[in-house]
Amino acid sequence: MTFSLLAITLDWALVLEKFLLILVVVSISLGFAMYSTYAERKVAGFLQDRLGPNRFGWFGLLQPVADAIKLFAKEDIIPNKANKVLFVLGPGLAMLAALMTSAVIPWGDTLTIGDRAVSLQIADINIGMLYVFAVVALGVYGVMIGGWSSNNKFSLLAAIRGASQNISYELAMGLSIIALVFVTGSLSLKDIVVSQQTIGWNFFLQPLGFLLFMICAFAECNRTPFDLPEAENELNFGYHQEYSSMKLGFYLFAEYINMFISSVIMSTLYFGGYDILPFVDETKWGLDPNVLTLLGFGALMIKTVFFVFFFMWVRWTIPRFRYDQLMNLGWKKLIPLALINMLITAAVVLYLQNGWPK
Amino acid sequence: MQPLTNRSKQVDRSPMTFSEKLYLPSIAKGMAITFSHLFKKRPTIQYPEQTRPFSQVFRGLHVLNRDEEGRERCTACGLCAVACPAEAITMEAAERQDGEENLYREEKYAAKYEINMLRCIFCGLCEEACPKDAIYLSETFAPANFNRQGFIYNKQELLIPNPVTEKEAYEKAAGGRVRKPVNE
Amino acid sequence: MNTFQITFWFLSALAVFSSLMVITRKNPVYSVLFLIITFFAISGHYILMNAQFLAIVNIIVYAGAIMVLFLFVLMLMNLNKESEQQKNKYLLWSSGIAGGMLMIVLIAALDTPDPAIITKPGTGEIGLIKNLGTKLFTDYVVPFEISSILFLSAMVGAVVIGKKGD
Repeated sequence: MTFSLLAITLDWALVLEKFLLILVVVSISLGFAMYSTYAERKVAGFLQDRLGPNRFGWFGLLQPVADAIKLFAKEDIIPNKANKVLFVLGPGLAMLAALMTSAVIPWGDTLTIGDRAVSLQIADINIGMLYVFAVVALGVYGVMIGGWSSNNKFSLLAAIRGASQNISYELAMGLSIIALVFVTGSLSLKDIVVSQQTIGWNFFLQPLGFLLFMICAFAECNRTPFDLPEAENELNFGYHQEYSSMKLGFYLFAEYINMFISSVIMSTLYFGGYDILPFVDETKWGLDPNVLTLLGFGALMIKTVFFVFFFMWVRWTIPRFRYDQLMNLGWKKLIPLALINMLITAAVVLYLQNGWPK
Repeated sequence: MQPLTNRSKQVDRSPMTFSEKLYLPSIAKGMAITFSHLFKKRPTIQYPEQTRPFSQVFRGLHVLNRDEEGRERCTACGLCAVACPAEAITMEAAERQDGEENLYREEKYAAKYEINMLRCIFCGLCEEACPKDAIYLSETFAPANFNRQGFIYNKQELLIPNPVTEKEAYEKAAGGRVRKPVNE
Repeated sequence: MNTFQITFWFLSALAVFSSLMVITRKNPVYSVLFLIITFFAISGHYILMNAQFLAIVNIIVYAGAIMVLFLFVLMLMNLNKESEQQKNKYLLWSSGIAGGMLMIVLIAALDTPDPAIITKPGTGEIGLIKNLGTKLFTDYVVPFEISSILFLSAMVGAVVIGKKGD
């Protein structure tokens, strides 16, 4: 058990290893999110026959740095009537919830350094999937606290709009995950990946589940077509209306981290995670296990980049839903579909395990 | 009514079929359209490095012309100021002194010549009114400025470089537009 | 004092402190936020007792869903000083007595012959998802199904109330 470690004396080498791993994972997440802001603008440009940012650095590659400098240099305004403690806490919570998920994601198999096997996963807990789900549920607080503490009616309305959207889509997301858990028989993300290495990617077993999960992931990340919480033009700016400077930057940045993390989760759950090719046993290639691990990490990153691109592609294609359409889709279409998917999966799994009831 | 294009379509208000309600086919169609735009040619002109060519009849900032010996052609007759519908041109005439024959072509010259670019409508009537081919509209436009005073161009700013001493600068300013000085 | 004890005392202190904050804050939004911290501390205790499933479900259900709904209601209410209701003195006393009774019952329940059964750290297996599921669907299947019927009736009730206006 992972947590029974607490009872015995600490293994300092393990602590150091995990600390380094956390450092690496968090910096990868932040760096990736930083460059997704650049990629978002570049993709938007390309999809609209424009060029996107190309002034600062080679092909505009230093643009995120310029954006960060700009955001830091902006005046940091806290409204006079705002609740100051919560106003500062809000963006922090959003960022925290966005980064915490990365702890249970298996970024790769084990690396062997010297005689020490380093697992590229911060914590392999046996309820990893539920942990992801809990952290996603906590993401609502950043929105709600930020919106309420601004002491602005429009921020509050937008916060409630966003929170109710998140809660509604969490249900369908959870139901689609339950169907996946029926197939894999484990809640640990590592086990889910390992089972996919032998029986093929879950996407081929759960196409409908994947579709539902993806739609819900879009809604949870507040991405178009579900970006009502921050609908700039027709619904007023959103829960971060009163925010400026890097506090606003934190909210916007948290969205990109969420996008990165949900892309990783999608590829982990449905597309084999660090598994390089479906239906192929990579260990027969005769490569060094360390090289194979790194290749697997590369494969996971390629899948992630594809999904992040997909997020952006959808954003620049589909217009925003109306609020009633959003709620209708969530409650009247996705949840029944997820329930049907769950029922069929359960029946098939039971049939395969026990055969036809006599 | 005659349709202007063949793309007009009657609005269809019949209830959506099941496949339409799924949204997914139309979403896929839309995504294919946006994806195809990834490979289209981009019409962007990278402005400071690339510029769009001016049309042959573009009327930009004015230049005051010189003849081939570098003498100012303007005689301060005031016809341009009279022709100007926006009253953007003001000038003061002066008499040419002895020893200034290499500076001014005629006996009378413009001591002060100002065009207010904020008033100017770039109609080109001054160019047409000038009997001495002294004023031309070039292929440049007024750069942005922080105060209004900067848009009132005086004679020094308007004069074309001297073709004798600064030949290259003269050619550049003249472009293909200013008629080469001829002795009539 | 080993790491387990340090964690236990820290979580306990956090839980007690934040639950005291819940009942002493004037602003109900603060109360809700401190209640969320309390839930986290309790989840930490669950993890110490090796009941990871319970810990996470506690966070998902209470901190993630129910408290959000609490916040919803509180944020939409107009929490001005003027609109605050005059508190009834008798209500205060009766709630104090009721709360005190509950505390006595809880302490009495904890007073089992062998307290080590309850507080044995990091060894229990019942909180793991597999054991919990087996227990729920074999030994306790009737109470489990009855409670799900209770939830169903609550849902139906909510829909009925929601549809009353139409």
